[in-house]
Amino acid sequence: MILNMGPQHPSTHGVLRVLLEIDGETVVRLMPDIGYLHTGIEKTCEAKFYQQVVPLTDRIDYLCPMTNNLCYVLAVEKLLGLEIPPKAQWVRVLMNELTRINSHLVWLGTHALDIGAMTVFLYCFREREEILRLFEAVSGQRMMTSYFRIGGLALEPPLDFFDRVRTFAGYFPDRVDEYENLLTGNPIWMMRTKGVARMTAEDAIGLCASGPTLRGSGVDIDLRRDMPYSSYEKFKFNVPVRQEGDVFARYLCRVAELRESIGIVRQALDGMPEGPVKANAPGIVLPDREKMKTQMEALIYHFKIITEGFAVPAGEVYQAVESPRGEMGYYVVSDGTAKPYRVHMRAACLANLQTLPKMCEGGLIADVVAAIGSIDIVLGEIDR
Amino acid sequence: MPLAPAISDLEQLKGHPAVAKLLAWNPGSVTGVKFDRDEMTIYVDRSSVREACALLRDDAECAFNFLSDLTCVDWFPAEPRFEVVYHLLSIPKKERVRLKVKLDGASPVVDSVTPVWPGANYFEREVFDLFGIRFSGHPYLRRLLMPEDWEGHPLRKDYPVEGYR
Repeated sequence: MILNMGPQHPSTHGVLRVLLEIDGETVVRLMPDIGYLHTGIEKTCEAKFYQQVVPLTDRIDYLCPMTNNLCYVLAVEKLLGLEIPPKAQWVRVLMNELTRINSHLVWLGTHALDIGAMTVFLYCFREREEILRLFEAVSGQRMMTSYFRIGGLALEPPLDFFDRVRTFAGYFPDRVDEYENLLTGNPIWMMRTKGVARMTAEDAIGLCASGPTLRGSGVDIDLRRDMPYSSYEKFKFNVPVRQEGDVFARYLCRVAELRESIGIVRQALDGMPEGPVKANAPGIVLPDREKMKTQMEALIYHFKIITEGFAVPAGEVYQAVESPRGEMGYYVVSDGTAKPYRVHMRAACLANLQTLPKMCEGGLIADVVAAIGSIDIVLGEIDR
Repeated sequence: MPLAPAISDLEQLKGHPAVAKLLAWNPGSVTGVKFDRDEMTIYVDRSSVREACALLRDDAECAFNFLSDLTCVDWFPAEPRFEVVYHLLSIPKKERVRLKVKLDGASPVVDSVTPVWPGANYFEREVFDLFGIRFSGHPYLRRLLMPEDWEGHPLRKDYPVEGYR
């Protein structure tokens, strides 16, 4: 029998459609069907100036806007050969780890909700609300932040921002204990997740999986540690790896990442360097408002950047960062003009989604929901 | 930090393990190299891309065992028009290399790398969908993102950004 699941199904995290060929309760064959959210962002990028692409990148993966911003600006900065001041790099790391926590909280809440644990969702969204308020404080937006710019940050963080983050970092580990109290030792949770939707390391690598989906199968790779960017090499953190390769292992990896991320946030607060948050590159970085009103050159640069952009030397760059879901990569090709010739996003979820048939075939229908939750998909990123 | 000039001389770059491996296997398989912005690009002959990927994956010294990304760039109206781009990552060595295959606009066909990495499946379907490049040996080459009955390939440069109305 063929069973159609989605695209409007509450546990498919968006508009994923899954075709299930079933024999009784057993899944014989599974086929994801995607494309319902395709908006042609890659094509749109080719018609915009380099700096105009930044707000588009938020819309790709709406749960980790800062990671998308970071990956894109790093790629363009690499094309330009631009040096970023240390404070901007550290704030980027700080914001990225908050984004990771934010994204993992949505994942944990909805994943638990899918499996039937309602309370966790409410707890997770309580903490997520505080992170969204922090985002609003720095960028004016709760979700589509567009806070990073080519050459640094949009603005200095507000004065009380670091104190608010410190307060959050103070109580957050206790909140993770609360989630774990509800789930990790819970017999129902363990029965629904342990040994379910298994995947071996070879399969995971062959299917191009990355992030916690890959680390849950015992492959020890994290781009923050192994190929550091934006001064991640100056931070100390562990990379949680589990050998079991089931839903429970992926759950444990992500929960452990919550704790590691808050550790990175604390280190970033303690070691935050002083200095500017924008690179000294007048033709590329927009001048401060104050200078625009008093200096002729600043006004001219502002006018030129807004009206005709800035030319980027011809070449190509592939920049990858560790997003909450895995390896997010931006491949940017420049032909020497002010508009990117080609921008391609390597969507971690698109590759991770391919592991779903491997995980579910031979299992039960009820476990499909657990498996979809455990790979943490965002359809906006898959379809772009 | 001024940019260092790109190196595209095969003599200077043949010491790179991936280039050396491919040259030792089949000197005709490498049609060019480029080292720019700390990134290594190897232009591979269209007929040998699948074997080249399998070789780089299995070789102990290279160990490019992970396909990070597969995409395409359209250089319309230049010929050969398309460049299919493979980004490989070595998980043990923590290194990347980029392979490129040039295809002409009249018959853009290349061997599928799904036998090497099953995960290339969606990437190749996406490229087929948006660029119209066919991958021979692909198990299920259908449109991935656009509707089944869509006409044209939107990411081609001769396809207008606003679409056809």
